[in-house]
Amino acid sequence: MEKELITLSHISKAFGAQPVLDDLTLHIRENEFVTLLGPSGCGKTTTLRILGGFETPDAGQVIFDGKDITNLPPNKRQLNTVFQKYALFTHLDVAENIAFGLKVKKKDNAYIQSKIDYALNLVGLKGFEHRMPDSLSGGQQQRIAIARAIVNEPKVLLLDEPLGALDLKLRQDMQYELIRLKNELGITFVYVTHDQEEALTMSDTIVVMNQGYIQQIGTPEDIYNEPVNAFVADFIGDSNIMDGIFVQDKLVEILGVKFNCVDMGFGKNKPVDVVIRPEDVELISLDKEGSASSEEGLTGVVTDVIFKGVHYEMCVMANGFEWIVHSTTMFPVDTKVKITVHPYNIQIMNKPESEDEEAVSIDE
Amino acid sequence: MNKKLLSFPYAVWAFVFILIPLGMIFFYGLTDKTGAFTLENVTAISSPGHLKALALSVGLSFLSTLLCLLFAYPLAYILSHLKGGGMGIIIALFILPMWMNSLLRTLAWQTILEKTGVLNSLLSLAHLPPLQIINTPYAIILGMVYNFLPFMILPIYNSLTKIDPNVVSAAYDLGADTFQVFLRVILPLSGSGIISGITMVFVPALTTFVISTLLGGSKILLIGNVIEQEFTQANNWYLGSGLSMVLMVFIIINMVVSAIFDRDGEGSIV
Repeated sequence: MEKELITLSHISKAFGAQPVLDDLTLHIRENEFVTLLGPSGCGKTTTLRILGGFETPDAGQVIFDGKDITNLPPNKRQLNTVFQKYALFTHLDVAENIAFGLKVKKKDNAYIQSKIDYALNLVGLKGFEHRMPDSLSGGQQQRIAIARAIVNEPKVLLLDEPLGALDLKLRQDMQYELIRLKNELGITFVYVTHDQEEALTMSDTIVVMNQGYIQQIGTPEDIYNEPVNAFVADFIGDSNIMDGIFVQDKLVEILGVKFNCVDMGFGKNKPVDVVIRPEDVELISLDKEGSASSEEGLTGVVTDVIFKGVHYEMCVMANGFEWIVHSTTMFPVDTKVKITVHPYNIQIMNKPESEDEEAVSIDE
Repeated sequence: MNKKLLSFPYAVWAFVFILIPLGMIFFYGLTDKTGAFTLENVTAISSPGHLKALALSVGLSFLSTLLCLLFAYPLAYILSHLKGGGMGIIIALFILPMWMNSLLRTLAWQTILEKTGVLNSLLSLAHLPPLQIINTPYAIILGMVYNFLPFMILPIYNSLTKIDPNVVSAAYDLGADTFQVFLRVILPLSGSGIISGITMVFVPALTTFVISTLLGGSKILLIGNVIEQEFTQANNWYLGSGLSMVLMVFIIINMVVSAIFDRDGEGSIV
């Protein structure tokens, strides 16, 4: 494991009366691809701006390479930012944009030229030296913004939703390109996005944030397979999130039907949140003669079918809950089906201990 | 509906009020009283009196434009960084004088600067010697700067507000200090506003005769006064038109220069 490079320690920040971050602590290691993921207003961009030096936290410390840089201005920090919508200097050509950071640091011309060549080569835009930013496509501008940042040899590259303005195909290409760049440069990337697919594709570590709090930190696999609460489960991918009762170890009641599960230690007859991924739901048709005859367990009716390419997405109404099911087998609308879930695929989570819980139960 | 038809009223307007007067200027400027072609009205600019007036006009306009730029830039910069409700009021304060007749405002300055005017009364109250400002070139510069300052502020303000704050952040992020950020990013990106502002101040300053008449007295003649007198007092439309054409050359040069620099068309009048 690489050594720790950045520590955000008990950071709090409010804009006026509006708290944005509350006692946030985060450790970032060298050469790690960390993604701050969350809905807009969750504090992810503010966290990045605090790292970049554009915001000063109201409380807490930013430690970089063992030194407290909380109050260091952006131009004194050994990290560079790739901004949302690129923020290129429109009055300078591509080469001058890339050279900007080196020129203000008074590097000699030969060095600057070699760096421009290196960076343009790296982002695949050789020969674009004397184009103006306005004449470039969004993807090209993004590459120039990255080139402009990396020639300064930062230890950390901060990226603020850098792919947000690009179309889907280009976004996917750039995701692979960013991973390649990171591996070639061997530096730390801190990436902000609200796009869960982007986060799952690129990150070593995902930090899921909501309302100024970190909800979960983990590898993409952890976050997807073992969400710690209903928010994370809902935000990452599609999920069926239901109220359940943890009857006893390895047994949970969902929508009035008992399911075997693998979880233990949630107590007895305790209300819990249950998450089941759409692709983990198995359907068995009860219409066909000779098929599984048993009507025990949870049964429902298919209400909607959408073809998604790789799989079908179906809605199944069962005991008052609309399940989302992904399956390569299509069950036509109005088919009566039995719903089964492998015990291993049932994710049990404690209900959050806050007033939100009461609000939810009043709504019901 | 045919779009060309919609432009018809404007075409009539342009013909009657722009092309015909312009043609008349050229006609009078290039003929003598007998109606024969001559360049004398134009070459008359080289007479010592006319050259002196032109040089004084160019000099005072240049100084006024420079002063306007020095006052307007910091002000526009502060305005562009203000947020919320206060901003509208402050901008309105600078635009408000533009709604009042400039003749009236210049007359007010006359009252203030007169020998026994408001300024000198205040100075004598404070037991300070009176200032002789009225009827000097300083009074004309003051009048020009006062009258034309808003025309410098607005285009600069516009160009400054168009700068993406992230671009400024990016410059800091890349290691530039405050001075470098201003010199390498903010100033060049507001260049088009500066150029427009210079045009919008320099051109009216160069051609003014009201300000110089009211604040400069009868002794200081600007080229605008000379042309005005040829039309109104000497009744020599030929010479007045010829000198106007010379002035036009200066204005066209100024506008061409702005058009070259002002690629974004920041309130450009070309």
